Amino acid sequence: MSERQIKVDYIARVEGEGALDIRISDGEILDLKLKIWEPPRFFQSFLVGRRFDEVPDMTARICGICPVSYMMTSIEAIEDAFGITVSQQTRDLRRLLALSQWIQSHTLHVYMLAAPDFLGYESVIAMVSDYPEVVKRALRMKKLGNDLTRVIGGREINPVNPVVKGFSRVSAKSELWGFIDRLKEGKEDALETVRLVSSLPIPDFNRKAEHLAVSHESEYGVNYGKLVSTGGLNISVKDYRKYIKERQVPHSNTLHSYIEGRDSFLVGPLARVNVNFDQLSPDAQKAVRESGISFPNFNPFVSIVARAIELVHSMDECLEIIERLDPKDEDVRFEVKAGEGWAATEAPRGLLYHSYKINSEGIIEKADIVAPTSHNLYSMENDLWQFVPTVLDLPLEEATLKCEMIVRNYDPCISCSCHFLKLNIRRE
Amino acid sequence: MSKPKVAIFKFSSCSGCQLVFLNCEEELLDIAEVVDIAYFVEGKRDNKPGPYDIGFVEGAISCPEEVSRIKEIREQCQTLVAIGSCAIHGGLQALKNWKSLEWVKREVYPQPELVSTLEWAQGIDDYVPVDAYLPGCPIDKGQLLEFIKSVLLGRTPNLRRHSVCMECKMKENVYVLVAGDVPCMGPVTVAGCGALCPSYGRGCYGCFGPMDDPNPEFLARIFEKKGLSNEDIVRQFRKITPNAEAFRRGAGIYE
Repeated sequence: MSERQIKVDYIARVEGEGALDIRISDGEILDLKLKIWEPPRFFQSFLVGRRFDEVPDMTARICGICPVSYMMTSIEAIEDAFGITVSQQTRDLRRLLALSQWIQSHTLHVYMLAAPDFLGYESVIAMVSDYPEVVKRALRMKKLGNDLTRVIGGREINPVNPVVKGFSRVSAKSELWGFIDRLKEGKEDALETVRLVSSLPIPDFNRKAEHLAVSHESEYGVNYGKLVSTGGLNISVKDYRKYIKERQVPHSNTLHSYIEGRDSFLVGPLARVNVNFDQLSPDAQKAVRESGISFPNFNPFVSIVARAIELVHSMDECLEIIERLDPKDEDVRFEVKAGEGWAATEAPRGLLYHSYKINSEGIIEKADIVAPTSHNLYSMENDLWQFVPTVLDLPLEEATLKCEMIVRNYDPCISCSCHFLKLNIRRE
Repeated sequence: MSKPKVAIFKFSSCSGCQLVFLNCEEELLDIAEVVDIAYFVEGKRDNKPGPYDIGFVEGAISCPEEVSRIKEIREQCQTLVAIGSCAIHGGLQALKNWKSLEWVKREVYPQPELVSTLEWAQGIDDYVPVDAYLPGCPIDKGQLLEFIKSVLLGRTPNLRRHSVCMECKMKENVYVLVAGDVPCMGPVTVAGCGALCPSYGRGCYGCFGPMDDPNPEFLARIFEKKGLSNEDIVRQFRKITPNAEAFRRGAGIYE
């Protein structure tokens, strides 16, 4: 009987900490567990008793990579509870802020976390001597995203400017116009990124999973919309809890999400491109056609291509918004009242859900937050169940790397999801 | 001089402070030339074992496994640096310290008995000696670069320990507490952010933690005079760094 073990203690190049435990005997998986032992931080409990206006500053601290998304989703859920409608200008500035964070986070993942796997390096730093221009491009794009987040949000990590109903201080047109030339350069860099990632040796693997994304009738889904899946789900955010359930598993500090009566589902750039392809910018769609990769696509390794496509789209949209906007000061006063509110946005890693129950004094009575990586963890495990048997003939080290890549496809942010990834594949 | 061997570790946190290393877009390649980034799980796959010359630690100690891990890391690092509000004070996850742990667990997990966590979240110096502190939530890139340069040059780093107010004056901001009656934690909060919130017309919410030798009791009384309720005063001090000693004092007199 052939018993084998693959073991990786710390999955590298992901945000946060976890482990994967796979035991294989005679070519069959005996057990497979994605263990998340990032310590729980209990946000939902300590948000209870806080004032509504403290919540965005606090939830931003759930994730250092996508604080903008946490702030934004909190703010929108609170606005929903208070019955506040925001101006088109606020919607535009929020969209710009969210897309600037996509640029930063997607560049970080494509070049610094994922590309080294495909190109055979241990890190982006190790790539510098062979690929100096590629690394410089990555740093240039990342800086562009961060700089734009800072100008609109006040700070790239944990912004301070977004508040309920708008912004503490509205960005001036002159501050935004400074980005036009850089975004045009960024667009060329993003197109180069699509060419680079579509030339990578992408493993051939398909799993017909349900892909879920925020979808909006008149724009590529980011901050507002319904929840739409490739499996026919089409629901309002308010009904999220009716359809999407969670269960706790003993090997993980992150709860597993599934669609009631169905199975795990996938969120993130691949799901977004699959669900909302027609709303990508014309040049992003053209880049897809030139890449030779077809969509809808159910190969999770294609996520890196989806990210690159969204980089092109984000540059296009940021340019379009900045050229159109002439921001003016707005009245951000509103009435605090008791209520319950729901919001879902597309964080760089996918669907982020928040809901709050607020009393008449503006104090939080109940908070419910589900992070993108929480949505994806069960799907990652299901990918591995199907993928592991295909790599059993490979040398141990290569099989391990491939399994790590399955996890990294999702750009998991374990700090968010609970808040760690360690990989142990044991062949017995 | 050989390159100092650097390690970056994560405990209970959001990964934001270690991301500041990768956010040094213009300086990252230069940093990699002068220091050996030997251990950085978020950024690389080939992580080398200690000992290390400098260990940067992000995150609070909030579960039993972290207690033994921080002690092992202390043994491995010649200089141990706590980076950010979580590693220094326990961060905002320390808010659980004021609630019943059983309730906190039940609020999030259907099977709380499966979750391993300490009653308190605390800064790392409650468990091991720390050589330097870089405040912030997240840490400031300028201060991080100043710290790395000072280590390479063998001099004391020039880090600000005064209050946010000094930075506010230098920027000629309007005093939000006086002119706008907006509660502001700036007078007791350590500088380093560039007086960010007041520059956006809002009060500082103390995310960098306390300055050296602050007077939180006096500020709490000013909040009272401005009409804040006891609960609001407690929430001001008990937010991003609730477990910092000075902020506990500020909250304590109105609890």
